[in-house]
Amino acid sequence: MMFIDAHAHMISRTTDDYEAMAASGVVALIEPAFWIGQPRTNVGSYFDYLSHIVGFERFRAGQFGIRHYCTIGLNSKEANNEALAEGVMEILPRFAVKEGVVAIGEIGYDEQTALEDRYFRAQLELAKELGLPVMIHTPHRDKKRGTTRSMDVCIEHGVPPSMVVVDHNNEETVEEVLDRGFWAAFSIYPSTKMGNARMVEILKRYGGERIIVDSACDWGISDPLAVAKTARLALDRGIPEEHVRLACYANALAAYGQSGQMNEADWLDPPAIDQRTLYEGNSVLRGGREPVIESPGERRGMDRLIIE
Amino acid sequence: MTAPRQLLAEWLAPRVAPEAAAWLEGQLRRLARDGSERDLVVTLGLIPRRLGKADLDLSAAELAAAAACRPGWDPSRWSVDTAARVLALLTLPDDDEAFASRFAGLCRDADAGEAIALYSGLPLYPGQPRLEAQAGEGLRGNIRAVFEAIAHRNPFPREQFDEHRWNHMVLKALFVGSSLAPIQGLDERANPELARILCDYAHERWAAGRPVSPELWRCVGPFADGPMLADLERAAASSHPRDRAAAALALAASPAPGARAVLDRLRDEADRIAAGKLAWADVA
Repeated sequence: MMFIDAHAHMISRTTDDYEAMAASGVVALIEPAFWIGQPRTNVGSYFDYLSHIVGFERFRAGQFGIRHYCTIGLNSKEANNEALAEGVMEILPRFAVKEGVVAIGEIGYDEQTALEDRYFRAQLELAKELGLPVMIHTPHRDKKRGTTRSMDVCIEHGVPPSMVVVDHNNEETVEEVLDRGFWAAFSIYPSTKMGNARMVEILKRYGGERIIVDSACDWGISDPLAVAKTARLALDRGIPEEHVRLACYANALAAYGQSGQMNEADWLDPPAIDQRTLYEGNSVLRGGREPVIESPGERRGMDRLIIE
Repeated sequence: MTAPRQLLAEWLAPRVAPEAAAWLEGQLRRLARDGSERDLVVTLGLIPRRLGKADLDLSAAELAAAAACRPGWDPSRWSVDTAARVLALLTLPDDDEAFASRFAGLCRDADAGEAIALYSGLPLYPGQPRLEAQAGEGLRGNIRAVFEAIAHRNPFPREQFDEHRWNHMVLKALFVGSSLAPIQGLDERANPELARILCDYAHERWAAGRPVSPELWRCVGPFADGPMLADLERAAASSHPRDRAAAALALAASPAPGARAVLDRLRDEADRIAAGKLAWADVA
């Protein structure tokens, strides 16, 4: 089965992770612009970070047989630094139109401050102008209210629910998100966000329509195999294969494919060498060596299936 | 004489949908009027989305017009988005200093497709010498297609690079598995220092048990003497026909008295060279 990890911060991950993900069936992933683990102090470091996720990280993923896409945005935490936020808003348009950018994101609320609200709205307007979908990060604290408010603001700005993926859902938020016609994404992230046994229960209850499973793997204790593990657990526990396919592959493609920047042909029928656009096929890193894809060693893999 | 700008517009017109052409025209008008940075970066970014990325696929007559308009200009591998992006840059107000600074800024965050377009247009921009340093920067990346946008089918390096930059471009082309044949001015700008660098590189490859591109000998031949002749002898003894052909071509270009004797051992290749049936194009 092929998988798309629709939320993975690969800048924080190793090549081992890419190898393990590819071996587990991940053919494509999306790297949303986010907080790097400590606050950025000036627009310059944001500039370099965004350059990295539209550039080198895309190339690196290709070396391991995975298509890399990203989303561009000012995250909610850093929206609270007004000087930084103003600078970032100025450079966002130039990054948002780069090749492989599938959405404005992840944006939304953290503490739900006035500044967060201001820049969330400004970025919704940018998404509209550029015809891009939106990826919403729902807050860790006061999540239910923050989720509702995020959707309200999207509607207020005339962004249709079909263009918005609301991420980091849980049992408390899923129903409203689905009822209002938004895409509902779930981050299978140990200890803090969604566990995969819980996810299976959600799939059992709601089916696969408009549900997206991702790993949100980053610099914290997280699992880049979360999508594959959830799919296997779901199949083991009797979820229809079509529902699993929707949640772990097809819905992410349908939602983010609306950007025009992500197509199944990218990984099903990759041009061997497209010297105008692709990093893949131009694997000249370190003296032109061919990328090697090995099976992951004993220490990695699908053996520890449950993510709690 | 027709300006490159006019040619690009003429080529694009029949190759893009009417609504895309109208969009581009509107963007170009805005750029020509005040040319704000935001308009420019958004235009450059949206071009492939609006116009597509098909090959430009120019006719022989169109290519001839390009070369007549700007000697050495070879857009035979350009795509529609590359042409439109270069056109957008040529629409900016004419100021050499300002152009060079904007060009550097655009290169700093260009994605692969943009970088290819930006560097492909080098021979057409105003204030060419001011762009030399940025072109050198463009060669430092590790995306081969971007490297080749500068090195291949482009008169800019031949005209602007000093010997050091030129030599390192040729070496890097081999290093990243690219070809030398599409480099304009390759024979004209060959020099003893480059021949030495390339022979050293060949020795490294041999020592590592790795193959050596037969194209390498093209820049060695005119200076081959002494130990370099021995290197050509080694290539001439190869079991691969391309290696032998390259050695023969290099030996034929060498003014050294000893070269003839080695070439005589490659009778078949020497005959084909004499008959005009073997050239560097056959080795590339």
